[in-house]
Amino acid sequence: MIKKILLILFFSLNANAALEVTIAQGKVEPTPIAITQIFGADSDTARYGNTLRQIINNNLTNSGLFYTVNEDLYIQSDNLVEKVPRFEDWKLIKAQFLLSADVSKTDKGIRLRMRLYDVFNGKEIEKLQLTIPDENLIRRVGHTVSDIVYERITGETGYFDTRIVYVSEIGPLDQRVKRLAIMDQDGHLDSHQFLTDGKNLVLTPRFAPNNQIITYMEYKNNLPRVYIYNLKTGEREIVGDFPGMTFAPRFSPDSQSVVMSFSDPNNAANSEIYLMDLNTRSRLRLTNDSGIDTSPSFSPNGEKIVFNSDRGGSPQLFIMDKNGDNIKRISKGRGVYGNPVWSPRGDLIAFTKLTQGNFHIGVMDTNGNNERVIVRDFSLESPAWSPNGRYLIFHRQKRSNLDGTGGEVTIHFIDITGYNERVIPTPRDGSDPAWSPLL
Amino acid sequence: MLIVAGFFLASCAATKTEEGGNVDAASTSASSSSGGEITAGTQEDLIVNVGDRVFFEFDSSELTVDAQATLDAQAAWLMQYPDTNITVEGHADERGTREYNLALGDKRAFSVYSYLAQAGIDTNRMEYVSWGKERPEVIGSDETAYSQNRRGVTLVSN
Repeated sequence: MIKKILLILFFSLNANAALEVTIAQGKVEPTPIAITQIFGADSDTARYGNTLRQIINNNLTNSGLFYTVNEDLYIQSDNLVEKVPRFEDWKLIKAQFLLSADVSKTDKGIRLRMRLYDVFNGKEIEKLQLTIPDENLIRRVGHTVSDIVYERITGETGYFDTRIVYVSEIGPLDQRVKRLAIMDQDGHLDSHQFLTDGKNLVLTPRFAPNNQIITYMEYKNNLPRVYIYNLKTGEREIVGDFPGMTFAPRFSPDSQSVVMSFSDPNNAANSEIYLMDLNTRSRLRLTNDSGIDTSPSFSPNGEKIVFNSDRGGSPQLFIMDKNGDNIKRISKGRGVYGNPVWSPRGDLIAFTKLTQGNFHIGVMDTNGNNERVIVRDFSLESPAWSPNGRYLIFHRQKRSNLDGTGGEVTIHFIDITGYNERVIPTPRDGSDPAWSPLL
Repeated sequence: MLIVAGFFLASCAATKTEEGGNVDAASTSASSSSGGEITAGTQEDLIVNVGDRVFFEFDSSELTVDAQATLDAQAAWLMQYPDTNITVEGHADERGTREYNLALGDKRAFSVYSYLAQAGIDTNRMEYVSWGKERPEVIGSDETAYSQNRRGVTLVSN
């Protein structure tokens, strides 16, 4: 299903660390970059070039860290892959960086050559040559180039060559048809694909951090259980043989286990957190309390788990060791907390909080300090991290009305500083988004 | 457009009932006990003559006094029709996370299930399932809708 990308990479060895741009808390001034036409000698390669330029432009702009200098201002119009740019011309229009590229056909397939220049210092800072067997991989080339530019200039890991799995929704709100769907991180329609047929209700898909496997919940034969879905083979498999509902799954950082809730009929259907080893099939019960314990999420080093519990009376956030020891409440504010998700950087926990009639999505330190609200609205849910830990995606649902109208639900992207919120387009309504690791 | 068509169809179905046709067994707006004969021991019988559902307080799976009275009547009815099997559905309103509401819905369904079991209904006749906030009875983002959606529903499954 997923084609392995064949990359031939030529990185320049001038390995200066991150350049001038510093990412600090608060609003970031986007860095101006110029992107020349991506040149192609025939109509096919010119078309690929246009597509690539659009993808790169869109990715960099949507990150909130770049803006592209208006093309009408460009003084020099040459292909600058082999020719040294007239840096003065680019300084004049205030482009801080300059990207130029061309596409050609070779006997091995489609070849892209790219050069990235630091205009103010008048030097090349990155070059890349890459060949793909056919045009089906064009979008991935665009994302790969975007990642290289982003990483070289911001010093942070890129996130463009990634996908988002989510739940596609359609139909009346009281009998919603929900399907798993997957798309490139930019939501481009060409990349969109349904993974299930809508016959069974599906919820809460999440990616494994190290491979192309998803864990999710499905009502197969009206039995709500956790499953895994291998995107490479298309195989689906139930996780464990449990005599009651299993739900709220997430992978461990090594992708070898799933941590989830199990509602045990022999324990008054109270939800406890279990760790299920996917290889040995052994299961370990981590919580034991009369309250609801759910929404577990591992720290990236695998040592701790944050989870949601109402053991103190109302739903709050707690941390425990990976074996269930040392349970401590971390949420400190007023309100009803849920959906805790540990950042891939390890430093923050994203969450939802319901207070004063509104949902909030925020982040806090892993000890619960420094809680900050990023976005507030009537209904917000399912925060999920970008693989570089700089952005969140989540869903936002409108109020619904007695006549069946309203209730539209959409997927959004936001910088954790609270700036640059964008809708990620989906062909139908979308909820429960989750981000893949870098491909 | 679709919604308008839906209402139109619904009103057609109601008219048909007046003429002595079938009442949709899944319909819960059972106010129209209009002449149609209700077959004893069916879902419709349960809805009209006993009550198929109980309601819960916000974030609670405890059975209220009213709920217990309804379930006492359900238990008596189930005793009367010993060949009837049921599935109990637990539901939540939309003001909570999806996962927490799945857990809450399961506790609610289990509250109903275990109450009926204690009232003498054989557990082999009963199943239960949580739908969390996925299947509201009433669409709407206000307390009127929410109070109807925090529910445990008994469905005849055979």
